[in-house]
Amino acid sequence: MSLLSIRGLTIQFGDQTAVDNMELQLEAGRMLALVGESGSGKSLTALSLLDLLPESAHWSADSMSLGDQDLLKLDHKQKRTLRGGRIGMIFQEPLTALNPLHTVEKQISEALFIHQGMSQTRARERCLELLKQVELPATAEMLRRYPHQLSGGQRQRVMIAMALANDPEILIADEPTTALDVTVQETILTLIKRLQQELGLSILLISHDLGVVSRFADDIIVMNKGKRVEAGPTHEVLAHPQEDYTRHLLDSEPRGRMPALAADSPELLLASDIEVTFKGKRSRLFQPPPLFKAVDNISLSLRKGETLGIVGESGSGKSTLALALLRLIGSRGSVTLDGTELHTLSQGQLRPWRRRMQVVFQDPYGSLNPRMTVGQIIAEGLAVHEPSMPRAVRDERVSELLKEVDLPPQTRNRYPHEFSGGQRQRIAIARALILNPDLLILDEPTSALDRSVQFQILELLKTLQQRHGLSYLFISHDLKVIRAICHRVMVMKDGKVVEEGDVQAIFDAPSQAYTQKLIAAAFA
Amino acid sequence: MRFLTGNLLGNNPLKSNPVWARQWQAFRSNRRGYWSLWIFLTLFVLTLGAELIANEKPLLVSYDGDLYVPVLNSYPETTFGGFFESEANYRDPVVAELINEKGWMLWPLIRFSYNTINYDLDVPAPAPPSAENWLGTDDQGRDILAGLIYGFRISVLFGLMLTILSSIAGIVVGAVQGYYGGKLDLFGQRFIEIWSSMPQLFLIIIISSFVLPSFWSLLIIMLLFSWMTLVDLVRAEFLRCRNMDYVRSANAMGVKAPVIMFRHMLPNAMVATLTFLPFILNSAVVTLTSLDFIGFGLPPDAPSLGRLVGQGKANLHAPWIGISVFATLTLMLTLLVYIGEAIRDAFDTRKFLQ
Repeated sequence: MSLLSIRGLTIQFGDQTAVDNMELQLEAGRMLALVGESGSGKSLTALSLLDLLPESAHWSADSMSLGDQDLLKLDHKQKRTLRGGRIGMIFQEPLTALNPLHTVEKQISEALFIHQGMSQTRARERCLELLKQVELPATAEMLRRYPHQLSGGQRQRVMIAMALANDPEILIADEPTTALDVTVQETILTLIKRLQQELGLSILLISHDLGVVSRFADDIIVMNKGKRVEAGPTHEVLAHPQEDYTRHLLDSEPRGRMPALAADSPELLLASDIEVTFKGKRSRLFQPPPLFKAVDNISLSLRKGETLGIVGESGSGKSTLALALLRLIGSRGSVTLDGTELHTLSQGQLRPWRRRMQVVFQDPYGSLNPRMTVGQIIAEGLAVHEPSMPRAVRDERVSELLKEVDLPPQTRNRYPHEFSGGQRQRIAIARALILNPDLLILDEPTSALDRSVQFQILELLKTLQQRHGLSYLFISHDLKVIRAICHRVMVMKDGKVVEEGDVQAIFDAPSQAYTQKLIAAAFA
Repeated sequence: MRFLTGNLLGNNPLKSNPVWARQWQAFRSNRRGYWSLWIFLTLFVLTLGAELIANEKPLLVSYDGDLYVPVLNSYPETTFGGFFESEANYRDPVVAELINEKGWMLWPLIRFSYNTINYDLDVPAPAPPSAENWLGTDDQGRDILAGLIYGFRISVLFGLMLTILSSIAGIVVGAVQGYYGGKLDLFGQRFIEIWSSMPQLFLIIIISSFVLPSFWSLLIIMLLFSWMTLVDLVRAEFLRCRNMDYVRSANAMGVKAPVIMFRHMLPNAMVATLTFLPFILNSAVVTLTSLDFIGFGLPPDAPSLGRLVGQGKANLHAPWIGISVFATLTLMLTLLVYIGEAIRDAFDTRKFLQ
């Protein structure tokens, strides 16, 4: 008899079926992973357990039971005792899941007050105990902190402590590490695994990352488009996938290396001693604000047709470096493109050079103007740099570009929100390419995408590079992606370069401790 | 212009620009707003030709085989065989008889202009509604319906002008402040705070006591104080947008600042702006009406709803005055709000395409 059992769960939004006849069994003391791409219905399945689905959703199930309790027959009050009581939940984004106005103590003890009616002093003791359990310093100082005073990893630990507060039997972890850096990801998952073993918890882990799952989960359910595709013990499913879709997921891990660059390839971009400083908060009214170096004396060079990867955790200054190279923020140093110094040019003089270096940003939802059609978005560069181009030619060019990024040209007249994340990223790439640039700065272009979509985008980028001899500056925190697409790599930490060299050399024999740590976390 | 009319007629939504077609479609799907627009446009177009509907002069006179257009031209009474060299008073029974002997007159629907005094009233003014004065007359014997038609026209025209001008000013200031931020924004905001804390009504009263109030001077005076409504909205929207990746992309593309503001950021600020437009229009109409009501508005001989409201207040024993103006104002303001709501919904791409 499994602890948690769901049969025939169907969730519908209007006439769209988001989850279709889902079946799930979670045994006591085991970790079950629900794996699938975004939109596969894995989070909805978990939310239905707590009856937290959005109001527009209609759902039904043949049976749903926790232990000997029939979850379908609970009234509102009983459901409330379930949430945060027998079932704890960890969300993906700890910054938004924690109330920014509450201290750590208030966040954790809220569940204690509600479910156990504990006294203030008892609750404080329990909070400290929980902090110890999640490996945070169990001090009064920690309890007084607000979410913004914690790092991403610490926030996620507070979330776990909140979920554990009432000794739940089941912990639902919805993409608990997706928003975190690789090294932090590793420690959080290890913590969850340890808690599972020590406390005998059953864990429902929701993830899109097969790598994570394969190391931690005991059992696995693969979902696709609301349907259960395959289920079984993790090692069996991963070693001998029965279904095409599972194999497809496994195959989309970024693989391969880039072929070596021709030795005579000319140098395209040379940046030296780039420095970006931000002003901190002044402590007193008339004191000069303290300066903070986001990018500290970085030099780099890029040859034609080459991809330089820039790796680093969040806050390492890699995106700031990209903005500085594009002259979108103020910086010191020198940038030469094809032998011309750009840093001394005025914005007006720089304009003709802008067409030669373009940028693709991370968030496919924020980088396209929601109020312009795809055609307008892509054609914008032409409107700026070739205003005399007749409309028909411009339309022709847009269609060409759409074809080049494997989108049907008829999509010109649609709005960005009608597209999926991967398609939007293709649109962003098409926009960057319409001016035939020499250099493309890619700022985490695949980080917001599912693995299989990521794979397609990487393949597209490789094809485009070969076809047009493009140079890429590829910024990412994902070492697997970097290894698959870059010729050279530069590791950044706190605005400085830690290590730099050929991909081969860095990944096979990292010389710095920090690089070793990153690689170990990514390829464990 | 051709595509605009094509759009408005709805039978040929621009094929080359599906964006417009969709927004038009979305607007149409809001029945209330759609019908409000038609009613309002009909009323507006009709009142634009107020002289052809309510006038003390006939539209066409045929006299002695010749055609005369008194609405457009001024003819002395002698033309029709009368005694005076001054312009013919067609309502004068003597003149009417002279004309009818040798021809005919085509009268507009209402034989009064807004300032025509009906001397033939059976009862002392204000006269109740009758077959001659459909909504009655005010205390000087002027036709209420004619006054409403002319008053509606001047109110809407004044409101539209003020709305358009103050929106342009507000959007430009808000956009510049939001896009550039920093010191410009800081000082701009402080200036607006000081400026908006000035007592608007008193200033208008003071100014209009030494500037002769006319349509245009009143427009300029009111513009001085009404341009700030949109600044905060547009500024907030621009502050939010300027760090968006698509604005950065446009910057990286080399798009010039004014173009970025206009093409990338303004459309996003448009929903907030459009939501406010009908209210600005409404408040412009209401302000004009209230200024007229207290006597500091348009010159005394101009047709105005505010003056009629004043008449209604002064003649509570003649309820047809107050009720008619009240109904007109309510209808106009309600229609404008409904239209505004429909426009707002139509421009929200996320909403109507879900």
